[in-house]
Parts: sequence; C-alpha cells; structure tokens
Amino acid sequence: MGEVILEMKEIDKSFPGVHALDHVSFDVKCGEVHALMGENGAGKSTLMKVLTGIYSKDSGSIIFDGKEIEFHSTREAQEAGIVIVHQELNMIGDLTVAQNIFIGREPKKGFRIDDKKMIEDSKALFDRLKIHIDPTEKMSELTVGKQQMCEIAKAISHNAKVIIFDEPSAALTEKEIEDLFAIIRDLRSQNLGIVYISHRMDEIKVITDRVSVMRDGTYVGTLITEDCTKEDIINMMVGRVIYEKPKEKSLVAKDAPVVLKVEHLNAGHMVQDISFELKKGEILGFSGLMGAGRTETARAIFGADPKQSGEIYINGKKVEINSPEDAVKNGIGYLSEDRRRYGVVVQKTIIENSTLACLEDYTNGAVINKGKEKEITEKFIKEMDTKTPSSDQLVMNLSGGNQQKVVITKWLVKNCDILIFDEPTRGIDVGAKSEIYKLMNALTAEGKSIIMISSEMNEILRMSDRIIVMCEGKKTGEIAIEEATQELIMDKATRDIVA
Amino acid sequence: MKKLFKEQKFIVLIVAIVLYVIFALLSKEFRRYTTIIQMLDFAYYVVLMAIGVTFPLITGGVDLSIGTGMICYALVGGFMIRNYHWPVVLAMLLSVLFGLVIGILNGTLVSVMGLPPFLATLCTCMITRGLGTLLVNKQAVPWPTNKVPEGWFHSIFKLTIGRATKIPTGLIPIAIIVIIMMFVLNHTRVGRYTIAIGSNREATRLSGVNVRIYHIAAYAICGLFAGLASIAYAAATPTVQPGTGAGLELDAIGAAIVGGVSAAGGVGSIEGTVIGVLFIQILKIGLPFIGLEANWQQIILGLILIGAVLVDVIKKRKEAAL
Repeated sequence: MGEVILEMKEIDKSFPGVHALDHVSFDVKCGEVHALMGENGAGKSTLMKVLTGIYSKDSGSIIFDGKEIEFHSTREAQEAGIVIVHQELNMIGDLTVAQNIFIGREPKKGFRIDDKKMIEDSKALFDRLKIHIDPTEKMSELTVGKQQMCEIAKAISHNAKVIIFDEPSAALTEKEIEDLFAIIRDLRSQNLGIVYISHRMDEIKVITDRVSVMRDGTYVGTLITEDCTKEDIINMMVGRVIYEKPKEKSLVAKDAPVVLKVEHLNAGHMVQDISFELKKGEILGFSGLMGAGRTETARAIFGADPKQSGEIYINGKKVEINSPEDAVKNGIGYLSEDRRRYGVVVQKTIIENSTLACLEDYTNGAVINKGKEKEITEKFIKEMDTKTPSSDQLVMNLSGGNQQKVVITKWLVKNCDILIFDEPTRGIDVGAKSEIYKLMNALTAEGKSIIMISSEMNEILRMSDRIIVMCEGKKTGEIAIEEATQELIMDKATRDIVA
Repeated sequence: MKKLFKEQKFIVLIVAIVLYVIFALLSKEFRRYTTIIQMLDFAYYVVLMAIGVTFPLITGGVDLSIGTGMICYALVGGFMIRNYHWPVVLAMLLSVLFGLVIGILNGTLVSVMGLPPFLATLCTCMITRGLGTLLVNKQAVPWPTNKVPEGWFHSIFKLTIGRATKIPTGLIPIAIIVIIMMFVLNHTRVGRYTIAIGSNREATRLSGVNVRIYHIAAYAICGLFAGLASIAYAAATPTVQPGTGAGLELDAIGAAIVGGVSAAGGVGSIEGTVIGVLFIQILKIGLPFIGLEANWQQIILGLILIGAVLVDVIKKRKEAAL
C-alpha cells in the first residue's frame, strides 16, 4: 500500500427530510482495494455520488492527489482521474466496443472520426487488462461479463487514478468474477486506488485490503481485512441502537390455517425455486439486501411478471394466476415499493384511486355510482385517519404516508385477504410509519394475512411473526421471530450461494 | 370561479368568442347568419371525429387513421347505395360498423401487439385510404342528394327549419351525442379506465384492471365516431372523392389538444374538445373573410398548438417538481 491518494473529510449532505451523510470520512491509498460496506440506504452510493460530482456536498472537503477539489459533473471527475464503474452498465448495444469506449471523445482525423486509431487504442487497453475482446464487435453481442470488462477498459482509458466499482459482481458468473478479480489485482499492482462496493462478504475477504463500514449515513469504522472476521463486519453494519422493540413472539395461533402456499416458484434468475406458506393473521417478513429477488417474487405471485413454473394455493385450493386481474380476483392485493409509479394514479383523486381495483362493485350496469364511491372512500379516510381536506383531493397533493394509506384503502375496499406490502414505509416520516404499523397489526387482528418485504432490519424484527430471508433469487433462510437476530438475518442475507 | 379561469377550455372559449367578435367587426359577410349555418354544417363531422379521438389521446396515444378512415367508410356506404341499391339506413350502419372494426384493429395493434400508436394508426391510415379507393373502383361516390327521398339522412345534421331565420336543428343530435359522451367519459368504467390508463397504465394494471381490453375500447370508440363522422361528411359534401381525407384528422386532433387534452395523456374532457372544434372552425371560416387565405389557418393553428402543448408541458413540469 502506498500513500493516500484520495481523502474525504467530514462530508455532510442533507436532502429534504433526510440527513444522508453525517460527517463521513473515507480515504483510499495507492495500490489498495478498499471495500465500502453497509446496509441498503447506509449512504455508500450517496458518498460516491458526492465524490464524482453528481451531488454537491453541504460541507467537508475532498483532497485528491494532494489538492483540494470539488467536481461539478462526472465528466470533471473523469478528467481528473476518478471514475466509477456502475452496477447497471451504461453501454449502447448497437455501437461497437471501440465506439462505446471512446464515446464523446472520439479521436479525429480532420473532420472524420479516426476509426483505425480508436480500434488500436481499444486493443492497447485490452492488452493492458490482459483480456481478449474484439473492439469491432457490437456491444450487444457480448456477455454481461465482457461488457463489464469494456466498462473497466473505458474507465482506465481516462487515465484513472481511482476506480470505484459499484457492486460489479452482481450480474456475473463465477468464472467472470475470477476474471474480474484478476483485473482488479492487476490494477492494484499498477498502483491505482480502488473502491469496491459489494454486499458479498466472501468476495470482500478475497479481494480487499481494508474494509470501511457505513450505517445510517454515518461512518462506523475501518478494519484491515486480513485481521477481521465476517462477524466483525456484520456487527459493525447492524450494531445500531434499536429504537423499536422487536416482536418477542409470534402472535399467530399454532393451528392457524394456511391461506397462501407457494411451491417451487421460478421466474427469471431473480426468483429461483421459492416455496413458502403464509398463515391466517400472520405478518410474514421478507428480508434480504437490494437485488435479493424479493420484489420479483412478489410480482410473480401477483401475476405482474410472467413466471416459468410453480404452483400457488389459496386456502388449500390451487389457483392459476397469470395477471394482476387473476390475483385480485383471488383476493390478493399488492402495495408496490414504487408508490408513485405502480401504486397510485397521482393525478387522480382519492376516490378514483380507492375504487380502482373494484370499480365493478360500484357501478350499476355501466354507470359508476359516485355517491356510493364517495361514501366508502370517506369511511376509510376516517378509519385510517388519512389526512386530507376532502375525498376528491388529488393524490399528488398528499404526503407519502397518506398516499400509502390510499393504496391500502384501494385493497381494503376490494376486501383482499392477502396483502403484499413491498417496502410499506419507504420514504415515509417516522410518525406516519408507526401509523402504518398500527394499521398492519389491526389488519392481521381482523384475520387478514400480510407478506411484508422490507429492507429495514428494525421493521422486519418489529413487525414479522416469521421471517424469510432471500439472497440472489434464492430462499436462504426461514426464521421464527423468537430466534431472529439482526446478525442471523444478515448472515443469511449475505450468504454467498456459490461458496 | 378562480378555478374556472385556470381551466384551459374556459380560456379557449373566451378566446373563441373574442375571435368571433373581431371577425364580425372586420367583415360584413362574416356577420351574416348564413355564415354561421355554413360553419356548423362543416363542423359536425369534425366534432364527431374530435370526440372520438379524445379517447385515444387521453390514453396517451393518438389515432391518425380517422381522416382517411372517415372517407373510406363514406365511400363504401355510398357505393352500396348507388350500385346495390341498399337502403340508406343499412349503408349508414355499414359505415359505422366499418369504422368500429378499424378502431378495434387499431386498439389491438396498440394494446396487444404493443405497436406505438403513432405508427399503428399511420399504417391503418394508409390502408383505409387505399382500401376505400379500391372498393369503389376509383370512382367518386355521391350519396343521395337532399332533393330525393333517400336524401333524408342529410337532415340528421343539416336540417334547418323556418325560411327567413333558419334554425340549425342539426345541433340537437350533436348536443345529445356530446352529453352521452361526457357521461361515458366521466361516469362509466370505460371512461374512468381510459383516464387511468393515460395517467398510469402500470398502476392501473397492478390494480387488477384488464387494461388490454379497456385500451382497445378507447380506440374502438374512436373508430365508431369516425364511422359516425363519415355520415356527417357525406351529408355536408356533394360527392365523396376517393384518395382524399388525409389531413382531416389533424383538425380533430388539434381541436382536442387546444381544448385541453394533455398530449401526455391522462387529462381531457369532451366539452373541452367541443370548444376546441368551435375555436378551430371560427378560425378556419373567419380568416378568409378578413382577407387572409386559408393556408394561414394552418400556420396559425400550428402555432397555437405549440402554445397549447407548451402550457401542458409546463404544467407537467410543475407537477413533477412537487
């Protein structure tokens, strides 16, 4: 390891309502691979976005190569020598490899693009990385792994001194990961500073020199990888003060009937052979890290995305669910994690949203019974304490928590017995959060059953009667609430399937 | 009251009235009562097309096939009367049904096959133009004139009573249709889902609504109204010429947009569309009276549309910022 090439000191950044980074410090040395870890929403991405000029910082300083700097765009950062290799690839499929690598800065010969030089320079880059990719091939013809290599080649072509890898292995096969590691080691030996963001504990142990952990927008600490165990890192990631007391024991009767049974569900590589049961009156928590396949599982059950195989039983009877329409007919309601895109029709009123799932019950012949519609909506506004001046208010004008209540209203008006809540409190303030929790408990007390997907450990431990943990499209654990701990869940959520 | 002034359709109505007053002050001929009657005669088919196309527009799509489609349906109906001596009422039914079929075809292409609405309906626009011409052997087709008994259909839209001061009773069926369609858009499931699909198709689908069927329905309504428009067109013009009709859809689409239908979908009203038609007809008929040739109307209309769409875009941007 060499001298410090990049140092971020006391970086502070707030968004309306969120203190995203609270005086975070982080540094990278020449010739090291430095892991940056933390749960979803810990602030890793925000920190990297501040570094590469996507966000501006509120306070703090960034010292790079001995000089204090502040970038205003990724382009400025690139030119200075800090590049980021994104999780989702930013490549244009219809252009060739060389055209992609040099996009925006094509070598010129007079007025025309110097294709020959571009191809030769690309070859030189690939030689440096010791990989074989034909620069004249179309990007869309390459495997995801090779595309990632091109992204790396593009990064080093900027004369990068620091390269940030944001979950680079998420979409790669085992062999491709090996190749990636060989390249990373090679770059390290060329004295570059490397930041490696990943959730995969086993990779961290293999490839990194130091590990820094963030939690809730704060910097927790840095460890030397060699000297620490997986448990040390997990403890740093989850060791927060628990504000809400976790549920101590399941509130579901032992002999409660199974209302939903899912067997061997497969839908793409994000949902592999998922089986589970949901009991009447139960809150079944789905835990896991971002990209674990929880939302995809929910969408496949709900018929929003096609599934390849698997059976679904409701109250012991096998049902065919091929569209959301089928799911709703079978009494399943789904609260999307992305409320504004999939949950509510924001330009419409509360009434219109409330009856969207069961308008047929509020029509006489073809005509909508607006009086009845208003009546049921206002009943639920009162019951759920939705804060709005009137029932014909546009949903757009409501706060996040109240918008969520409108979505829940929609499914209650439909009288759904099985509710899938995908991140029910995301983007909702603390007060509204506890109201949603209260509501969920009231619903299960009434005999409704809830599947709750949540990335918040507190929420999982506070609400669930039973917890299913997923990792990379597979179910990696099923834990009774009595036995659940943050450490146990995190262990299963970061389990490397390959190992 | 303040809310009313913010509504685009209300502003357009005021502008239309102001425009009418200006034209009337500048031109003695324009002030004549017969000008109003003439204006209305040529407005009926535009209104019908515009009401129809309001539905696909609200879903966030468009239907470019209504202009050539309308001519195609009128040609086929007239052809059956002239060559096969079909009763007029049967021919009218055929025209409307033909429109409905093309509408369902458009809807299927867009909703089930996933073609972009612009492309799908551009194709059916070309198809209906060719088909209409082919079916009638490239001959112009006159529907029965209003001098003969079979010409009774003219009176649906053109009837005027009284000699000195004629009253355009053709407004009555139009008014009934407008009221029915206002009801359909605001008080039925088809209308509610049309708006919901335009606002957020995915959220609507995830609410368990069969969006495919209702998306098709919006285009079917549009086709049906193009069929109705073909009858009004046949009533207004002496003969229907094959190969014409391209461009007529632009008046209807333009009227809907001026009347407050959002180009991005999700927002729109029947009464707004009707006001839009009124505005465009005043402009179209009025400009020649003050000495500007009709081509100016196209240019001015184009500029006004840019303005209308800009208002919509700015509104959307403000909403996004919320």
